[in-house]
Amino acid sequence: MVDFAIKDCTLAIVATGRRAQTLRELRNILRDIHPGCVYHHFWGTLLRAQFSDREFNNDFATWCHHSLHDNRAAERLAVIDPADYADMEGLRQEVIEVIDERLDETELMLFARADQQFHFVRSVIVVFDTYRRVADPAEFVHLLPELSIGSIFYHFIDARRREPVGVDDFRAWLLGLGQEYEGLCGALAEVDPYFESLFVLRSRLAELFAEHLGATQPDTPPAPSRGG
Amino acid sequence: MAKHAERSLLDRYAVHAGQDAIQQLRQLARPLSGLKVVHVNSTRQGGGVAEILVKLVPLMQELGLDTSWEVIEGNDDFFACTKSFHNALQGKNLRIPEPLLRVYEQVNAANADKLRPVLEAADFVFIHDPQPAPLLSHCTERRGRWIWRCHIDLSHPYRPVWNYLRQFVASYDASIFSLEAFAPTLPHPVFIIPPSIDPLSEKNQPLTEREVRKVLEEFSIDPNRPMILQVSRFDRFKDPLGVIQAYRLATQFVPSLQLVLAGGGAVDDPEGEGVLREVREAAEGDPDIHVLSSGHYSDRTINALQTAADIVLQKSLREGFGLTVTEAMWKGKPVIGGNTGGIRLQITNHRTGFLVDTPEGAAMRIRYLLFERHRIGQIGNNARELVRQSFLNTRHLREYLTLMVALLHGVEDRIELE
Repeated sequence: MVDFAIKDCTLAIVATGRRAQTLRELRNILRDIHPGCVYHHFWGTLLRAQFSDREFNNDFATWCHHSLHDNRAAERLAVIDPADYADMEGLRQEVIEVIDERLDETELMLFARADQQFHFVRSVIVVFDTYRRVADPAEFVHLLPELSIGSIFYHFIDARRREPVGVDDFRAWLLGLGQEYEGLCGALAEVDPYFESLFVLRSRLAELFAEHLGATQPDTPPAPSRGG
Repeated sequence: MAKHAERSLLDRYAVHAGQDAIQQLRQLARPLSGLKVVHVNSTRQGGGVAEILVKLVPLMQELGLDTSWEVIEGNDDFFACTKSFHNALQGKNLRIPEPLLRVYEQVNAANADKLRPVLEAADFVFIHDPQPAPLLSHCTERRGRWIWRCHIDLSHPYRPVWNYLRQFVASYDASIFSLEAFAPTLPHPVFIIPPSIDPLSEKNQPLTEREVRKVLEEFSIDPNRPMILQVSRFDRFKDPLGVIQAYRLATQFVPSLQLVLAGGGAVDDPEGEGVLREVREAAEGDPDIHVLSSGHYSDRTINALQTAADIVLQKSLREGFGLTVTEAMWKGKPVIGGNTGGIRLQITNHRTGFLVDTPEGAAMRIRYLLFERHRIGQIGNNARELVRQSFLNTRHLREYLTLMVALLHGVEDRIELE
């Protein structure tokens, strides 16, 4: 049995100086922008603390909704699952395709306010070892609430673009340990990673591990109120 | 004090930021252990940069980085010149006389003579704001990475002044700006690191109810009636007249409401004096509008006013980041903020406060919150949590460390440390 190596990560955000005020400008810049920008606006942005509902999943869709007020474009961009694409080029092409389709069907040229332009940025992700190792999945019951949100991001979200593509690290490890963890894997597969803050995700994962592997509920840090 | 002495600074921050965040800092700092880091700015006391460094430097030391803080010295002409830089970079059309620019360059040359051994030996040099920017050009034997940290809103600079400063900045290995919108195009990596607040500072630490009451008494504010507050300079971009208009609209439904406008004096700012005069005229005859403008208020006084307020406003028409918004949110207050600049990064409607575009919008949100008072607590809790997660100086430090690691590895997209 291979131990689970807990890693952590942080992001540095690098500006590109390129910005868009219309959907057409967004498309034109996307054609040749650094692939790290595509990564950031789909994946990296999830590491930022956020209290708005993540109904639009990625920065392109959010901008179309909030700044261009083009909900058709926003909704179509929002359903793109970045985990479906093996690399950033495939993902970039899909975004351009969706935008082109929208540009073809509309005669309106919507502008964002000058102070609400889309700023293209890219991420530098720094991954480091915490030197914590887990041999028994039950250890996660008490360990998960102590993990940084960087670790949650790395193992539950960023993992989906690594091999095996589309699967988080917890499931990838548990599946190799035998059938007894199938129930937990099924429950983890049901957790949509795109709609909650990482703090809420951490609590949810801790609850699932406790439910399946622990006799008692761990002391999870309070998740922020959803403000309902 | 004795209790503080027993605990490390990092442990004191763990109380606010969480043990996980502090553990993350320790792990991230490991590959940087022993590296020489020097911060340079132009003052050890007063101003936002000194406020950041006073904690950032000892925190970096505690994490094992050999960190020091140097301050350049200048004369009156030097500081007159750099103050003009500051105003011009924020958009004022200001021509700076050539003799002042020569003083600026000479003062930097003199400081470089003194600091050269420390700066050239450092692995990382952080130069804060325009004052010491030319130091790099005098350190030809430098061996480390030099980073220019701009704390100023550079989104609409007066071009001739920025073009003059750009010649000094362009040679750096990297620069840091607070928001994407502030970042100009430069021939090196431009990092985005938003500002932060210090939960241990006088401005942000919890106060006793007694101390808060005492401040309210001092300014004749009734603690038993609702109070809304805006803390800011008397500047048109902060829209204090719009705040008074919003207050008046709200008092039609909440007659007991009080408004406090607290800001620094406007001694050297003729435009600010004019705005203050207009604010006083607009407030005249209403004993429930408290215009606090007579000089400098201590951090604890501002803290007490923010703590006492039911709702905090920052109805700016244009704003850099808006740290007064962050401070109020840290105290669990819902903030009604102008839909601009960094305020948008902090406020999400109905979650952590409200964004508004008009005095009417502000009035509507004031009425809503004072009618649905339980929402004040809910939104305030979310606001505090958002600041805890994203806008404390421990996050700021984490991003500095990440940037340093990134620079050591050539700013590649993905850096896997062994």
